[in-house]
Amino acid sequence: MSMEQTNTLDVKGQNCPMPVVKTKAAFDELDEAETLEVLATDPGSMNDIEGWAASTDGAELVEQVETTGGDGTVYKHYIRKAE
Amino acid sequence: MSTETPAGSEASLSAEEVAELRARVDELEAELADVQSQVDERSEKMVIIATKGTLDMAYPPLILASTAAAFGYDVTVFHTFWGLEILHEENSKELQLSSVGNPNMPVPNAIAALPGMDRMTTRLMRGRIEDNDVATVESLVQTSLESGVDLQACQMTIDLLEYDEDDFYDGVTTGVGAASAFREMAEADIQLLV
Repeated sequence: MSMEQTNTLDVKGQNCPMPVVKTKAAFDELDEAETLEVLATDPGSMNDIEGWAASTDGAELVEQVETTGGDGTVYKHYIRKAE
Repeated sequence: MSTETPAGSEASLSAEEVAELRARVDELEAELADVQSQVDERSEKMVIIATKGTLDMAYPPLILASTAAAFGYDVTVFHTFWGLEILHEENSKELQLSSVGNPNMPVPNAIAALPGMDRMTTRLMRGRIEDNDVATVESLVQTSLESGVDLQACQMTIDLLEYDEDDFYDGVTTGVGAASAFREMAEADIQLLV
């Protein structure tokens, strides 16, 4: 999938409510059609960010990926700002 | 010369009356659209009354407030009595927790009441908070302020506890009391007391 410019927000090591609160702040900084990549270790972030995107006008949750690697489990969220 | 309308058609309206009714419907539709857009544009509001200042009870209002702000809510947290400690720059970094009379904590009352035990209980909880990457009270206060949450300090309590406006974080609202808290609650969609 092609995405226009993607900004990354790293909230690994931070738990509720930080992932959602910081996602909102970072999302507000995006230009239209840009995508925000959020990296989190908080398992709650899956539901929290999904819920936040659903309630936020102009926020499109493109996908959420759970990856397991050297760092432990990392949850990646991709949110696109609608035009 | 007036024409008698045939029987059975008294229920039907003259062209004039129809035109009047149409105009009235248009007017009402416009008014409705107006009200609808006012409702849609009005951002949702949450008010929390924070009355507790122990380490555990500082979290619910702060987490709810910052999360609601992330959802676009207009949030006010009115801190009164011990809630003021959350806004106090120094004290907020040293909030305490006691196991006395707290069946949620593992320490029996008789022991929990011994000198020094509150410090231990607090230290235990702080350790847990740090180990679990939970934000500190101080960072949640800053985050809330940055998110546009209105953190208010009850003036009466400020005077009662002999605090000063300068004791609080920058950006905390002072000079407010029960009447303003009440008015905010009356207009809010969510009202909570912690």
